[in-house]
Amino acid sequence: MKFTSLLVGGALALGMATGAMAQDDKAKVGFIYVGPIGDGGYTFEHDQARKAVVEKFGDKVETTYVESVPEGPDAERVMTQMALNGADLIFATSFGFMDATVNTAKKFPDVKFEHATGYKTAPNLAIYNARFYEGRAIQGLIAGEMTESNIVGYIGSYPIPEVIRGMNSAFIHARKVNPDVQFKIVWAYTWFDPAKEADAAKVLIEQGADVILQHTDSTAPLAAAEAAGNVIGFGQASDMGEYADGPRVTSIIDNWAPYYIERVNAVIDGTWETSDTWAGIGDGMVEIGEITDRVPAEVKAEALELKDKIASGEYHPYTGPLNKQDGTPWLAEGEIADDQTLLGMDFFVEGITAEMPK
Amino acid sequence: MIVLEKRPQPSRAWAIATPILAVLATMLFGGLLFAVLGKNPVEAILTIFYDPLLGPHAGYYRPQLLVKGAPLVLIAIGLSLGFKAGIWNIGAEGQYIVGAICGAGVALAFYPLEAWYIFPLMVLGGAFGGWVWAMIPALLKVRFGTNEILVSLMLVYVAEQLLASMSLGLLRNPQGLGFPGSRNLQQYESAHNAELFANTGMHWGVVAALLSVIFAYILLNQHMRGFHIRLTGDAPRAARFAGVRPARLILFCLGSGGALAGLAGMFEVAGPSGVVSIDFNVGYGFTAIIVAFLGRLHPVGVLLAGALLALTYIGGEIAQSNLGLPAAAIQVFQGMLLFFLLALDLLTNYRIRARQTGVA
Repeated sequence: MKFTSLLVGGALALGMATGAMAQDDKAKVGFIYVGPIGDGGYTFEHDQARKAVVEKFGDKVETTYVESVPEGPDAERVMTQMALNGADLIFATSFGFMDATVNTAKKFPDVKFEHATGYKTAPNLAIYNARFYEGRAIQGLIAGEMTESNIVGYIGSYPIPEVIRGMNSAFIHARKVNPDVQFKIVWAYTWFDPAKEADAAKVLIEQGADVILQHTDSTAPLAAAEAAGNVIGFGQASDMGEYADGPRVTSIIDNWAPYYIERVNAVIDGTWETSDTWAGIGDGMVEIGEITDRVPAEVKAEALELKDKIASGEYHPYTGPLNKQDGTPWLAEGEIADDQTLLGMDFFVEGITAEMPK
Repeated sequence: MIVLEKRPQPSRAWAIATPILAVLATMLFGGLLFAVLGKNPVEAILTIFYDPLLGPHAGYYRPQLLVKGAPLVLIAIGLSLGFKAGIWNIGAEGQYIVGAICGAGVALAFYPLEAWYIFPLMVLGGAFGGWVWAMIPALLKVRFGTNEILVSLMLVYVAEQLLASMSLGLLRNPQGLGFPGSRNLQQYESAHNAELFANTGMHWGVVAALLSVIFAYILLNQHMRGFHIRLTGDAPRAARFAGVRPARLILFCLGSGGALAGLAGMFEVAGPSGVVSIDFNVGYGFTAIIVAFLGRLHPVGVLLAGALLALTYIGGEIAQSNLGLPAAAIQVFQGMLLFFLLALDLLTNYRIRARQTGVA
């Protein structure tokens, strides 16, 4: 047994040594994705950002990626393998990779790690996230204005703060322009599964929803909306512009490229430090796709005004008065939610009738 | 003209040769697929089959083969008992999930107490959970004659819902800042299914998998029940004359398969995974079906097949990140393995003959 562990120790040391060496010539950057790069949504945008890194640094970087990695021990193996092969920086691009990233970061103190949408940091593990809820406010406003049945369908992935934050933000802004609007919520328990996502959309449409919001990564809900006819939807994570002539009225686009370029640059310069980034519309990490003509001009103007106000910091989507679902007061008039509460959000706001899954 | 002629006896030589030929055919056609994708086929095949075993970082990968292979073998052994007797448990994934929930549930009920008896109780809990889940299709089949394929498969989706509910409710980590998922059992010493020797990948699940191979071998070759299992699969009518009680056999096969799948889930949640989370299951229960057939439903064969599949998983990941092969190509590659096996299997039971057209 001693002999084997010696061997493994040697291999690990060798891996770390090559990791350090690689810094001298090329920065090796690894990406692990939860979905396939062809999902047309979330993973697609991460891969676009990877390509932007390649374009920016050319011969100075070498990128690798592994797609459709299950969230769990498999992710740890994939990252370990990247580190052993000399990666200097690894982007773990899904919430569920969190513990695996923490474990791998412990094993390879000389390799830098970046984890998207999580909350655990280390000296060699930074986290980054986008304030998607800012974009959700704009979607909510459009949904509230556009719905005729007053039923908005929402496809959730997992009931994690990230997703709940988006739902509440959309609901608050839909109610602001339409006091009669109701949200119907279906949990798909997947980030990417076109068949399940399409089923969820169909169920919501059958229940009378004429606007579909999605927090899953494929274009299947938009396809279902198109098939149903008089239903609109939004591009999620990516522009999904191929549906612009159909149901897609606008989109939230995750623009990771500037952040990835900045962090890779820091590794090349040797200035990389752990950090906690949470950027929104104002910083350009969250972009709003073009609003199509299906949206009436005055609604479009209203939406763009809201976007500008959020971008400039003049308005925060979580501004009181707001109560929690059970009626207990949360934010007083004019009070703004602190980031800590938003990051751990596990409750619905007042007016949402759906129950939080238990 | 070429015709297929049924052999009077299945060919023993072909039964042994087909898995090897299937692997070779998969390498050949997989290599062609990789070549079409613009990759060097020899390099790709070497990356998948050679690198995890003897490549530069094999010291890390070899233990991982055990980690990845153990649940596959454990589940596939249980499935192969049933498959041999013509009892089709397709829902091992669900039994795996419920075993993990029960095993972790036992641990979390004791948290934060440290005691030696917690882990053995978790083992019992895991096996019990899987057994109970498998008893549903078993009892329904015995009592009402339902189809165990459908019932066990549908129960996978029920188990997934149960898993989501547990991650969000009963087993959720109270200190998890509102995020779903249980406490990490890796940080709870009494419950942690740690490596028995550092960096070997050898944990209790691997030990259990090896033991299950030995027990299954003895059962099938030495034990009356093993004879009944084989007899029922080969000649159901003869089995009834020989005094096999089908109901008991169904309960035994589904029950032991469920218990082993539950154990696999428990060892996984207490070890490599650590947490009960919404997407804890990654398809071991389904992949184990391939493992069982690839291993010819023979315990030793299952062991080898489990190792082979673990190899393609780990090698496939290396190929993805080093050579840029898409994940789908790796899945196609794994699919080819089963396809060629089933296709070549034809030769075990049939032989190819050129039919004479003239008058004999």
